[in-house]
Amino acid sequence: MPAPETAGTRRNLQGNHACALGAVAAGCRFYAGYPITPSSEVAERMAVELPRVDGIFIQMEDEIASLGAVLGASLGGMRAMTATSGPGFSLLQEHLGFASGTEIPCVIVNVMRGGPGTGMPTRPSQSDLMQARWGAHGDHPVIVLTPASVAEIWSETVRAFNLSERYRVPVVVLYDEVVGHLIETVELPARGAPEVVERHWENGPREEFQPYAAGDDGIPVMARPGDGYRIHITGLTHAEDGFPTQDPAAVDRVMGRLLGKLDRHREAIESFETVDCQDAEVLVVAYGITARSALRAVRQAREEGIRAGLFRPITIWPFPEQAFREVAERAAAVLVPEMSAGQLCLEVERHCAPGGGVERLGRIDGQPIAPGEILERLRGLASRG
Amino acid sequence: MADGTESRFEIRDWLREAMMPHFMCPGCGHGIALRALLRAIHELGISRDRLTLVSGIGCSGRIAAYVDANTVHVTHGRPITFATGLKLARPDLEVIVVTGDGDCLAIGGNHLVHACRRNLDLTCLMLNNEIYGMTGGQVSPTTSEDRFTTTTPLGNHEPGFDACALAAAAGAGLVGRETTMQAPALVKLIKEGIAHRGFSFIEVLSDCTEIYGRKNDLGSSPEMILRQKEGVRPESYGGEDERPFRPGSWKTGVLAHHERPEYLEVLRSRAARRRDG
Repeated sequence: MPAPETAGTRRNLQGNHACALGAVAAGCRFYAGYPITPSSEVAERMAVELPRVDGIFIQMEDEIASLGAVLGASLGGMRAMTATSGPGFSLLQEHLGFASGTEIPCVIVNVMRGGPGTGMPTRPSQSDLMQARWGAHGDHPVIVLTPASVAEIWSETVRAFNLSERYRVPVVVLYDEVVGHLIETVELPARGAPEVVERHWENGPREEFQPYAAGDDGIPVMARPGDGYRIHITGLTHAEDGFPTQDPAAVDRVMGRLLGKLDRHREAIESFETVDCQDAEVLVVAYGITARSALRAVRQAREEGIRAGLFRPITIWPFPEQAFREVAERAAAVLVPEMSAGQLCLEVERHCAPGGGVERLGRIDGQPIAPGEILERLRGLASRG
Repeated sequence: MADGTESRFEIRDWLREAMMPHFMCPGCGHGIALRALLRAIHELGISRDRLTLVSGIGCSGRIAAYVDANTVHVTHGRPITFATGLKLARPDLEVIVVTGDGDCLAIGGNHLVHACRRNLDLTCLMLNNEIYGMTGGQVSPTTSEDRFTTTTPLGNHEPGFDACALAAAAGAGLVGRETTMQAPALVKLIKEGIAHRGFSFIEVLSDCTEIYGRKNDLGSSPEMILRQKEGVRPESYGGEDERPFRPGSWKTGVLAHHERPEYLEVLRSRAARRRDG
């Protein structure tokens, strides 16, 4: 039988396949999903790879069931993932919030396509950015990673599992259809090469165990079913003992811990890339395939003598706000190209001074943004300054 | 008991005392169903460390929290999906779903159908009280025709589901129904369901006296439970009455039973065949 396809060789690889291989390399052994364009190749690849490593692949009856099964498997101790696209991402939001509140690790891939509704299944989009952060009801923590290349889909999927296991939070890997279907030559690390964070399992006295009591790091330790802790897990707001509570003081305390837990680890969670930002007068903020167009535009602008720079959030939620503010303070204008009517732009505006010269370049026609479009706007902004 | 010794069943041994008093209404049948479930588990010799209850939302959903075991109280209608993932990841656990008629047949109906088809080794215990009790008494997929609920002020004009016929048609390996009136028979049926290797579906006819009973003038709790007895038709399916469902006319006992390969066994053997081949 052939070895799992993770050996350190150069190869042509599609983004969605890189996602599946990254997951397996990160120790994912459970996949539940439902077919949907443009994410289906993730499921197809997982269906091939998982039986080779004694993992479980199951095609469920919908995306709600898929994430439900993923959460069940994760509770049992398996690293688990689902992948979907717009409409499916909408369907599974209740379970995303449930995972957030009950702190069950899971990885959710959303390959963005045009919306709303059924939209344009085969066309790219970046309009699920806010949904990835706020799609589930109620205040809740979530981490969202936005790879921009095939290689980065692999490495960010690995990182997604590590962050999810370490901080007990759902992690969304969010990329557009272009990156998902892009085929690039990549060199993947050898099997077992990525650093994989193991889940902490409780092994202390059973009687005293409080499933949702956390130490200084704000992250409670999980108890494996069958190990004798016999805990209760509920989507109802629960106290440290895991049982429902509506006591205002207790709710305030446990919700404060839940909503603040990622803040304690921002340095480890945040990631971003800066290109020519030190002296940039016009700054481009972009992610995904749009950031690659932006990179080319910035380079061309530099050749023309325009002091342009690129800020690319990779961890987009929580937004790397401190790093961005430092860069943005020095720029006279900020351009935000994105395949949406302006979702990233909203967040960027929040971190810039009022009237700070933030401009949108939103494409809503299902077409990726070409470098020339960004360059043209950069020229305009530079001549104005 | 599994080890051959008899140990006395004491329900307090199985309950989380900190969760008492429970919040079921006086006369609610769910307590009888819970007791029957725990007695069945006790008699099968299943350890509480291995026992895992997964429940959804509604009155039935709250039952899991009362049991001193691994308990998971999930989203409305989806306990079967969580149980599916958990059982696939941890076949060593005894995973039992506790659900209700709204949870299992309305919002979660699709999951039930596919779980029956897959035949993963789960037991699904559906407590059917014909009503959405927790939200104040709205019509459910099993509410009998003509009954009054807060959302059927003219009397229910929709026919109810025969959940057992649905489960059997979808391929569940073992399907059965019992009433809370017949607790010993219910214990026996639950034991059969848990012991069955594959997906088993057990419907418990459980009375909602406070909301459904009052609204429809069905009398006190004893009167309602006696009505269960009147409605039971223990003979097997068939005969002249082949309407899909006749509320007030119940067939009880094991209603379908066929052995077919269990889901995980099939999956594992296919994977092994690929590896070896």
